[in-house]
Formats: sequence, structure tokens, C-alpha cells
Amino acid sequence: MDKSMDVGLREMKLDKGKKTREKLMFGIFTLCMSAVVIPTLLIIGFIVVKGISTVNWSFLTEMPRMGMKEGGIFPAIVGTLYLVLGTIIFSMPLGVGAAIYLTEYAKQGRLTRLIRIAVLNLAGVPSVVYGLFGLGLFVFFLGFGSSILAGSLTLACLILPIIITTSEEAIKSVPDSYREASLALGASKWETIARVVLPQAIPGIMTGSVLGIGRAAGETAPILLTVAAFFIPRLPGSVFDQAMALPYHLYIVSTQVPGMPESIKYGTALVLLGVVGVFFTFATIIRLKFKKMSQMK
Amino acid sequence: MSDAMNSNAIIKVKDLNLYYGDFQALKNIDTTIEKNKVSALIGPSGCGKSTFLRTLNRMNDLISGVTTKGEVSFEGREIYDEDLDVVALRRKIGMVFQKPNPFPKSIYENVAYGPRRSGVKNKKDLDQIVEESLKEAALWEEVKDRLNKSALGLSGGQQQRLCIARALAMKPQVLLMDEPTSALDPLATNRIEELITQLKKNYTIVIVTHSMHQAARISDRTSFFLMGEIIEQGETNKMFTTPSDQRTEDYVTGRFG
Ligand SMILES: Nc1ncnc2c1ncn2[C@@H]1O[C@H](COP(=O)(O)OP(=O)(O)OP(=O)(O)O)[C@@H](O)[C@H]1O
Ligand SMILES: [Mg+2]
Repeated sequence: MDKSMDVGLREMKLDKGKKTREKLMFGIFTLCMSAVVIPTLLIIGFIVVKGISTVNWSFLTEMPRMGMKEGGIFPAIVGTLYLVLGTIIFSMPLGVGAAIYLTEYAKQGRLTRLIRIAVLNLAGVPSVVYGLFGLGLFVFFLGFGSSILAGSLTLACLILPIIITTSEEAIKSVPDSYREASLALGASKWETIARVVLPQAIPGIMTGSVLGIGRAAGETAPILLTVAAFFIPRLPGSVFDQAMALPYHLYIVSTQVPGMPESIKYGTALVLLGVVGVFFTFATIIRLKFKKMSQMK
Repeated sequence: MSDAMNSNAIIKVKDLNLYYGDFQALKNIDTTIEKNKVSALIGPSGCGKSTFLRTLNRMNDLISGVTTKGEVSFEGREIYDEDLDVVALRRKIGMVFQKPNPFPKSIYENVAYGPRRSGVKNKKDLDQIVEESLKEAALWEEVKDRLNKSALGLSGGQQQRLCIARALAMKPQVLLMDEPTSALDPLATNRIEELITQLKKNYTIVIVTHSMHQAARISDRTSFFLMGEIIEQGETNKMFTTPSDQRTEDYVTGRFG
């Protein structure tokens, strides 16, 4: 018995090599993290520093003047907001619905596997291809013309895969024991999904969707082909109108207009970042609120 | 004797066979569950106790590839009939699971969940159901001041009693319990066992247990399962004192599995 005690104590002796290894690993991971965070901060910082002096109330609320070299970017902001709103309206119900179908209703088998692979592949299709698809289907075939409607639908297609995949993950992560408990209480399948599964899954669904919508807000190629106008001196009047949009406007002021002042470019970039940032903040708030509701005080 | 028994039967099972794909998990099960009694299902792991329990409220429907053959009638109604409303059946036959699984909602909302789904909307009615059910589950005193707090903040034993209250809120006739105390400490187990002996006045209880002591303490009748078959069933007292099958004796005396 004494002997075994000895062994036990010896094993408790500090192993220097092991400690060094731990430190080394910690160092490596810290480095990885920095490699991700620092460039991000640099980009944001750069744009903020160069753009902040331009962004003021009149820049945000005025029409462009003098061949866009002066004045504000109001129509582009409005256009992007419309597009984002349209994208949410088309993609969220469809994407979440598809995810519910795939996880809760469809019989798991070859067909669902095939659908999942297709969805994953769609996520990898370059956005300009979506633009071309939207041009063919929405603009010409369905006759929506170059319009907010066509642009929103195209962007919705672009981010559907992201929404479906993340929603599926979120729905799958709800433990089966909740579903069983609900069904055993005589709740129907749909009641179980609506009352137990979805409330649990919403934080995850929101996170994924907002990432998607953030991406949609910043895309240039799809809207270039389906909605965006070089310059319109008024706001869009209906969903069948063309619109200006921030990413495309940024592209134009950066490359298409000679003699464009720097300040307008970086100001536009900063506003675009800001719009995306607002969405992220909004989603984070919803996420936290739901988390609190489900865990509660 | 069999006639007297049958007259009190609330569930009758005849020639029940169940397959998971090709694997036969239940073989020729014949048994009856008596009203206002506690029936214990015992047997080694994997012998089909849970599977059998889940045939009684058709929870096996949720698993794909399950085939059920035979007759299971509840109050004279065949529950595997095509036109039977499973939702209605599950309102009459409640279930408590092995691992306490309260919803991540408030204590109140957990108990009110079932009644809400079956159409109770009035706040007063709900309040009353919640209070009654929690009292019945011997949890009211412990939680009455924190009904709106999360159920996940309760201890394991309290959570399990909450799950019982949640099931009772539907005013079921039968309560199925699958090893309801296996995740609990001895004290919490005691409370649930006491509760079960109280509940049998108003409910019929079917309980799966791995504890011979528990089966002996709380049940009136016992069925011994082995490899998907019922080897022996009858009065709990007799099963534990003078079992007629050698395998039963080996199992209840702990020389087995
Ligand atoms: N979903 C399933 N698919 C396939 N086989 C299953 C499934 N569920 C259970 N089985 C098999 O059916 C048999 C009976 O399982 P069951 O869960 O009913 O046993 P049990 O008596 O409840 O065991 P335990 O005491 O461990 O809970 C086991 O051999 C098990 O492997
Ligand atoms: Mg079991």
C-alpha cells in the first residue's frame, strides 16, 4: 500500500516538458487568432479613418450632385435597404421552411442526401453566376425587368443555401427529448415544431441568416445584372423600379468616374460597412433576447 | 382468477410482435394492465421493456422502420387501428421519460404546455390546472414562488416531478414511466416512489425499472421480460417470493444479467 502511494505522488510531480508544450500550443493558437483578427481590424480601421470625415448628415440624406462628385449617397442607401428587405422577405420563409422540411418531415435517405449536397454546392457557386441566372429568369423570362424585385429575388437565391444549411444545423441541435416530451403530451407534429423546436432553434437560425443577409447587402455582381442603376436622380417608386445600391455605387465611384474625390469613396465604403454592422447588431440582440427567454432569469 | 383480472383491465395486449427493421424486439407478448394498479416491467438491458412501454402510447411511430403486429386495446379500443387519433390517445396515456426532460421554459409553461395544446386558453383555468398538477406531483410547495422561473433551474429530482406534473396536467388515465428514477439520487428516488404510491389511487401506472427493490416496494403486478418475451408475470409478491420460472428467480435474486 505504501508503494502505491509513492507511485501516486511521483505522478503528481510537475512535468516541465509537458508544461512547455502547453505553453507552446497556447502560443500557436493565440497567433492563429491574431492572424484572423488583426487584418479585420486593420481593414475596418483604415476605412473608418479615411471615411469618417465625409460621413455626416447631408452625405447620408442628400442626392449626389455634380456627376456624383459632390452631394450625398442617399438613393444608394435607400436602394440597398430595399434590396436587403426584399431579400429577407423572400429568403427567410423559404429557407427556414425548407430546413424544417428537410429535418423534420422528409424521410431521411438518398433523396435528402442528394438535396443536401445540391444545397452545399449552390453555396459555392460564384455570385456573378447567380446574377446571370437572375437576369435570365427574373429580368427577362418573368418580365420583372431590371428592378428591385428581380434583384431581391436574385440575392435571395444567392443566400438561400446559407440560410438552409444553418437553419438545418440549428433545428437538428434541438434535443430529441424535447420533441418526444411534446408529442407524448398529445401535441401534434406541427405544434411541436412551432412551440418547442423553433423557439430553441431561432438563435442559431438568426446567426446564420444574418451572415447570409450581410453578404447579400455587400454583393455587387448579382445586382449589377438585375437591378442596379449607374445613377438615378430620384428614389425608386415601386418594386419594379431600378435602384442604386451601395456596393455598386462604391464600384462606380472608385473606378468609373475620373477625378472622383477620395472622400466620397471611403465615405461610401464606411456607410456600407455601417449598414452591414447594423444588421449584425440587430441579429445579435434578437439572439440574446431569445437565449434569455429560453434560459430565463 | 383470469376473469377477475380481465374485468379490471384497462389495457389488453394480445400476440404483440414488434420489429426494428428485421430485428424482432418483442415476441408474442400477451398481457393486461390493470386499472389503478402499478405494473412493473423488469428484465435485463435490451430485453424490450422500453420498446413495449412505447407501444402503449404509440411512441414507436416516431422511429422509422418499426413494424408492429398484434392487438393492443385501451379501454376496449384497438389503438393500432388506422383511424385512431394518436394525439387523442397520447392525451389519455401520458409518459415520463428516463432522463428528466422539462422544456427550456418556465415551470408554469411546462405544466401548462399540454392543456394549452388541447385548447385550454382561459388564464384562470390554466392557473388552476397548474396548481393542481404541481400539488399532485408533490412539487407545489417547493416551486409556488417561482412559477415563472426556468424549469432548468430545478434539481434533477424536482425536474422529474415537474415532468410528472406536466403529464398529470393532461388528466391522463394511464401514466407510463420509463426508469423515472434512474438518473436520481436515493432521496429524490424515495420521493418519486412515495408519489407513485399516492398516484395509483387515481391513475394506472406502468413503470420500467432496473431496481428489484423498487419493483417490490411500489408495484402490484410485475412482468419479467427476457429477449423480447414475457417469461413470467403476475402478483409482485408472488414473483419475488415464489417465482415459477428458474430464470425469473435468477433475475430477481440478482444472479443474472
Ligand atoms: N430504434 C431502434 N432501432 C433498432 N433497434 C432498437 C431500437 N431501439 C431499441 N432497439 C433494440 O431493441 C431491443 C430492445 O430495446 P429496449 O430499448 O426496448 O430495451 P430495454 O429493455 O428498455 O433496455 P434498457 O433496460 O437498457 O433500457 C434492443 O436489442 C435494442 O438494441
Ligand atoms: Mg429502456
